[in-house]
Amino acid sequence: MKERKVINLNVNGKSYELLLNKDVFPHHTLAYTLRETLNLTGTKVGCDHGACGACTVLIDGEPILSCLTLTIECDGKTITTIEGLGNPEKGELHPLQESFINHTAFQCGFCTPGIIMSLKALLDRKEAPTEEEIKEALSGHFCRCISHYHVLHAVSDVIKRRVT
Amino acid sequence: MAKKYRFIGQPTPRKDALSIVTGKAIYINDVKLPNMLIGKVLRSPYPHAIIKEIKVEKAKSLPGVKAVLTYKDVPDWKMGLPPHLRVLDQKVRFVGDAVSLVAAETEEIAQEALDLIEVEYEILPAVFDAEEAIKEGAPQLYDEFPNNILPLGNPWFGSPEAPEGLKELRLGDVEKGFSEADVVVEGTFYYENIANPLPPEPPGAIAYWEDPETVHVWLSSQGFYMDKISLYYIMQRKYNVIVHACQCGGSYGSKGTILPIAIYAIVLAKAAGQPVKLCYTKEEHLTSFTIRLGTRLKGKVGMKKDGTVTAISGNWLVNTGYYSAVTQGQVAVGLGEVQLVIRCENWDLRPKVICTNRDNSSWIRGFGGQELKSVLLPLLYMAMAKLDIDPVEFFKKNVIKNGQGYYWRDGRWWISRVVDFTKTIDKGAEVFGWKEKWKGWLKPTVVNGPKRRGVGVGVHSNADIGEDDAEAFVRIDPDHRVTLYVAVPEQGGGQRSNLCKFVAEVLQIPLENVFLSPPDSDTNPYEFGLVGSRGTYAIGSAVIEAAEDAKRKLFERASKKLGVLPERLETSDGIIYVKDDPKRQITWRRAMGPTYTIWGYGHYEPDYSLCNFMISFVEVEVDTETGKVDLIRVVNATDAGQIIDPLCLENQLNGCLGSAGIDTAIFEETVLDPKIGRILTTNLIDYKWRSFLDLPEIKNVILETPFSSHRFGAVGVGEIATSPGPPAVLMAISNAIGKWINAYPASPWVILEALGKRKEA
Repeated sequence: MKERKVINLNVNGKSYELLLNKDVFPHHTLAYTLRETLNLTGTKVGCDHGACGACTVLIDGEPILSCLTLTIECDGKTITTIEGLGNPEKGELHPLQESFINHTAFQCGFCTPGIIMSLKALLDRKEAPTEEEIKEALSGHFCRCISHYHVLHAVSDVIKRRVT
Repeated sequence: MAKKYRFIGQPTPRKDALSIVTGKAIYINDVKLPNMLIGKVLRSPYPHAIIKEIKVEKAKSLPGVKAVLTYKDVPDWKMGLPPHLRVLDQKVRFVGDAVSLVAAETEEIAQEALDLIEVEYEILPAVFDAEEAIKEGAPQLYDEFPNNILPLGNPWFGSPEAPEGLKELRLGDVEKGFSEADVVVEGTFYYENIANPLPPEPPGAIAYWEDPETVHVWLSSQGFYMDKISLYYIMQRKYNVIVHACQCGGSYGSKGTILPIAIYAIVLAKAAGQPVKLCYTKEEHLTSFTIRLGTRLKGKVGMKKDGTVTAISGNWLVNTGYYSAVTQGQVAVGLGEVQLVIRCENWDLRPKVICTNRDNSSWIRGFGGQELKSVLLPLLYMAMAKLDIDPVEFFKKNVIKNGQGYYWRDGRWWISRVVDFTKTIDKGAEVFGWKEKWKGWLKPTVVNGPKRRGVGVGVHSNADIGEDDAEAFVRIDPDHRVTLYVAVPEQGGGQRSNLCKFVAEVLQIPLENVFLSPPDSDTNPYEFGLVGSRGTYAIGSAVIEAAEDAKRKLFERASKKLGVLPERLETSDGIIYVKDDPKRQITWRRAMGPTYTIWGYGHYEPDYSLCNFMISFVEVEVDTETGKVDLIRVVNATDAGQIIDPLCLENQLNGCLGSAGIDTAIFEETVLDPKIGRILTTNLIDYKWRSFLDLPEIKNVILETPFSSHRFGAVGVGEIATSPGPPAVLMAISNAIGKWINAYPASPWVILEALGKRKEA
């Protein structure tokens, strides 16, 4: 039987045909493919075993841990990374990105892309999530500088602007 | 009221904010160089062993492998204090010690090569406990350190009076002091949970040899100029080292211990003739990088009824693990810091720095002082309890006052120049509601069935805000653009942006017009590094002086064209005008001419007479049936002199919880199996951390009493945020359950034991 040779990914609106056993090997994680093959290094790898949330990206709108997802599982999927938020070509930011800037909702910034991706998924799903829902959505994100409080301010600001 | 400035004190977006939120900020593992190889480390499975034989032929012959190094192949360079840590050694000293280094075309090949290296070990007995390690007959880690005791002192900190700096704290006559006390208390306290500061980004380095003499190193670093100097000395002053700093994905001090990783990359790149990247995995980060000092204090304290401390004596055992990076320096700072919050005329505090067969303990936010105070304050609390002294009143009495003296890390006696910190204590106590919540020692604030609440308080002060030399350049370009040259990386505190605010304020130019030079060691002048809380005062003063110098030169040039003395000039938004005749003006561009740059230079000389201060009040709830502790509320109070950026400062103070801070009193610990010497908390599930679901209420009270010797009255306070909390939490738990706790963390197990419920559990 002939092996399937191509993995099709749509990443941030761009289509990629990745050849199996050339561009993508069966053991490559999505985080690895994004960072090393597609040079999208905005997705961070913190623990590489699914416990810190830094590598969170969206697959078909759902937040997933890209370090625990094999690229070969993603054939035909639509993936959004931090680089795909807002309208990068026009230089427009997503409201979350703007709010994170205005609230300095980060310190070292390493966990920030993952946190923003989880929040984007939450806000796409729900118009005005409660603080408890926001905390639940972020409960898997390891932030060691303790920027949690500013992150919560930044999100609530986005929600406030939405509902008023 | 603090004076209002155009930029200083205003919340402004960080200079790197856009790159962070768009994923464009470049961290060490994002850097790729042409032909770059991946480096990996083969690690010892034994805590103590001799490598009898090591065979690397199979690994070397694997296609894609470009270098395999063992102790036989590496230069005889040494790291640590005093220099004792070899690049690779025939002896391994902890589970995780480097046995061999590999560079290969891919990570997979490098990993496979590690598996092909054959090592035969002669296993030696190992020792993990500091007290056991100094006993006669204990396993010896280094021939040069009998009984595993390292010499005290740190030449970097030395002064003409004390070339190796402060080694112990001896002052007055402790026996006399004890005889004058109303109460004398003795006890042993343990801050030995060897917590990991655990920045989200694992440490890493890249090395590239430009020619046989010049090596470029990319680092996730806190102080890249000092890294350059340190690497230069480690490499026996034979090579030109150029260090490039990446965006630092968290450090909290720990990445000051990056040098061994940099050296691994350097020797691999040299051997392979190609650039090598070596980034640790999170498991390596948790087991083979750096953790807090293990600290044990057998202490004695004498106190009078009025809260006067008459004498303190004790043996401070410091477990530094398999080597000391700068532990003796941490000891010196710790000994200095305790005097800033405990005024006592009679001290006899003797430290011992001890090597054991576990991962390295090194510098972490709190730098020795957090460790010492976390074991010393609980002893003082017991004395206060016997005399029924309110700890808040005790700290007001004992916090350093202007004009009081102390020994600092350089072994010299300094006279403090500080603002009145009792105001900070009062304000913090008021916001926390201390008077309402404090019910006396070992008494809960609230009892609700099995749940009991208690309150606690801790303090910290550091005279490091003016430490070490700093230099900066400020370049003015004709088009109203200014570039700041300073060897400061961005590790999260926003210091790079904040230094730009100083420049903008001095030159009255929009912040958008102020740029930063590339963060590398050879573009920028000397700078010690972003350590302690020295960013605002020490580094800031050099930057301000550089901006003032540039402004002076700009005005000299303008004065000739305007025909007035420079003293009569002022500038705003790129226009220079005559102060008493503002219509007479000239643009920077016209004053300078289009093909000219102006350079200002600033140098800051160290001054250890300035101290910062922070007090943390905590309220905890203890479930006396399960032993679980919930942190309910934290109030931190400090005096920043002048806030530079309220959002950045608030962030830093909220950091009191993480990075091996307050939570080291509740649940954070690196668990080491004492039978086999292995760290068991090797991932981010087993190593416990606080999530978004467990946030206590935090209130930061920030006073702004100007420090007169800073141009804008400001001092740094960021580093100390983690330090007052751990003993405060221990006190709060003791008060909640009515029993003293003498070890960290106060895990459910410890609490149930204190309550006599361990068997029931």
